Amino acid sequence: MFGDNVDTDVLAPGLYMKGPIAELARHCLEALDPRFAREARPGDMVVAGSNFGMGSSREQAVMALKALGIAAVVAKSFARIFYRNAMNLALPVLVSAEAGAVAAGDRLVVRAGEGVIENLTQRRRLACEPIPPHLLAMIADGGLLPHLAKKLRAAGA
Amino acid sequence: MPTPQTLAEKLCAKAAGRASVRPGDIVTAKVDLAMIHDSAGPRRVEPMLKQLGVGIWDPTRVVLVTDHYTPAVDAESAAILDLTRKFAKARGIEAFYDMQGICHVVLPERGHLAPGMFVAGGDSHSTTGGAFGAFMIGIGATEMAGVLATGEIWVRVPATIHIEWSGRLGRGLSAKDIMLFLCGRLGMDVANYKAVEFDGAALRALPMSERMVLANMAAELGAKVGLVPPDRVTVDYVRAAGARMGADWERWRSDPGAAFEAEHRFDASALAPQVAAPHSPENAAEVAAHGKVAIDQAYIGACTGAKLSDLRMAAEILRGRKVAKGVRLLVAPASARTTQEAAADGTLAALTDAGAILLPSGCGACAGYGAGVLAENEVCISATARNFKGRMGHATARVYLASPYTVAASAVAGHIADPRAMLAETVR
Ligand code: SF4
Repeated sequence: MFGDNVDTDVLAPGLYMKGPIAELARHCLEALDPRFAREARPGDMVVAGSNFGMGSSREQAVMALKALGIAAVVAKSFARIFYRNAMNLALPVLVSAEAGAVAAGDRLVVRAGEGVIENLTQRRRLACEPIPPHLLAMIADGGLLPHLAKKLRAAGA
Repeated sequence: MPTPQTLAEKLCAKAAGRASVRPGDIVTAKVDLAMIHDSAGPRRVEPMLKQLGVGIWDPTRVVLVTDHYTPAVDAESAAILDLTRKFAKARGIEAFYDMQGICHVVLPERGHLAPGMFVAGGDSHSTTGGAFGAFMIGIGATEMAGVLATGEIWVRVPATIHIEWSGRLGRGLSAKDIMLFLCGRLGMDVANYKAVEFDGAALRALPMSERMVLANMAAELGAKVGLVPPDRVTVDYVRAAGARMGADWERWRSDPGAAFEAEHRFDASALAPQVAAPHSPENAAEVAAHGKVAIDQAYIGACTGAKLSDLRMAAEILRGRKVAKGVRLLVAPASARTTQEAAADGTLAALTDAGAILLPSGCGACAGYGAGVLAENEVCISATARNFKGRMGHATARVYLASPYTVAASAVAGHIADPRAMLAETVR
C-alpha cells in the first residue's frame, strides 16, 4: 500500500542501476518502506494512489517489481511511461479510482480484460478501467518482444 | 472547412500519414529519429534485437549518446560504455556522440532536430525536443527495441493543455522559475498522457536554451510532449545547427480555434524566484518562503540546468564574489560544446575564480550515477529537474531545486538566497 506520486527513483534507485536486477530489486521502494523488498511474496500486488511510476523512463522500475514476483499494480493513475513500460513487459497495471478502498493484506483477484477487481476479503468489486484490446493481446503474448516476434514470424511465413 | 487542430494533433497526423486525428485516437506513427543513450540504450536493446533476430530499421535515423555513465568511474560503468561503443560500430550508427554531453542538449546542438519531426527518445526528458516544434516522446527500453526493429510506434493522440505566459521575466528570473512554479501550482500529473503547449509574449522572448527548459520539465508535469510552436528564433537556431528543415515550418502551430482541454494564463512580470523543497518539484514556493536553509552543496548540472545560458546566469552572480566557506559549488557543463563556448567567453573563469569546481559533462550527480552525489543528511541546492528521495545519493539527503541564479546566489550566501538582491548590488 503506497500513496501518491511513487517515483521511479524509489522503485529503482540510481545507486544500484549499474548492477544486476536482483540486487536492484532488493532496494525497490526502500526509501518509502525498508521492509517492502524483503516481505514481498510472489503473487502480491502493489496498491497505490495517483501518478504511480512518475519520473524516469527506466524500465528497471517495472523489472524490479517483477523480480519480486509482484503480479499486478493497482493505482488511481499511472505515469505515462511507466504504464507503457509495464504493458511492454507484461506486468498488468490497473487504473482504479477506488484503489484507496483496498486495505493491506486484502486478497484481490484481477480480471484485466473485463476491467474488474474482486476484493475477496472485503467482498466487494472495484471498478477499474479495462485494458485496451491491443494491449491485452500484447500482455497475453508475454509483452512487446514476444508479440513482435510473433508478428515478424507471421509476416515472414 | 476542416476542424481546427492543435499542434500536437497536426504532428501526430503527419507521423501517422493521416489528414487529421483527434485526441484519444490510437495511431501508428512512423519515427523520423530515435535517440538512445548509454543507460537505457545498447546494454538493454541489443539483447532484445538479438532475441528478435532483426537489425535496426534505419541506422541513419538513430542517434546514440553516452552521458549517464561518463566518464567511467568503475569497472561496471566502463563495461557499459565499452558495450555502447561496440554497439555503435557493429550496428553502423554514424551519429554516435561519445562523451560529448547530455543527449537532450547534444541532439539539437548537432542539428538533429527540426520542426515537424516525430522522434522517440529512450529517456523521460525527451520532451525537450518539443522546444523545436518536434513531437518527441520518452519511452522505455523494450519499447525502444520495438522502434529500432520496426521504425514505428503506437501512440494515443494527446489532448492539449495550453499554458500562456504574458509580460516579461524580471532580472534574475529564468525558465526554471517558470517550470518550478508550474509544478507547484498545477501538480505533477496535471498533464499525464497529455501535450503541453507553451506560448505567450514572455516565452517568445526566450532563447532556445531557455525554451528547452520549458519542454524538458513538461515531463515533471507528467506530459507526453511539451511543445513550443516554432518561430524565427527556432528557425535561426535549427538552421545554424545544420538541421535540414522544410520551408513549411510555419504550419507547425495550433490552428485558430483549436480545442484545448485546458488553458492557463500567467503573468511573468509578477513571478519571483522559485525553490522546490525536498522531495518533489511540486514543493515549489517563492525563495523567501523557505527561509535561510543552510546548504552543503550547490550543483549546477544536468540537461535542464547547465547549458551555456545557465552557466552565464551563474556567472552573473559569481563575478567578483566567492563561494561561502564550507559550501562546495559543483558545475558540470551540459555538453562539450557548452564547455568550449563558456571557456571562450570567460564564463568558466568567472565560475572557477569564485571557487566553483568543474566536473565532466554528463548526467553526473543528477540521477545519482556520477560524480557529486550526496552523503547522509546533506543539503544540496540544485539546478536539475528532479529532487526525488534518494535520487542524488543517500536517501536522507535533502535536495532543493532552483534556477542557476538562485543556486549560485545560495552558494555565495551559504544558505538559500534570493539572487535578485545580489544582482542589484552588482555593478554593471
Ligand atoms: S541530466 Fe539528469 S535529467 Fe537530464 S538526462 Fe541526465 S539524468 Fe536525466
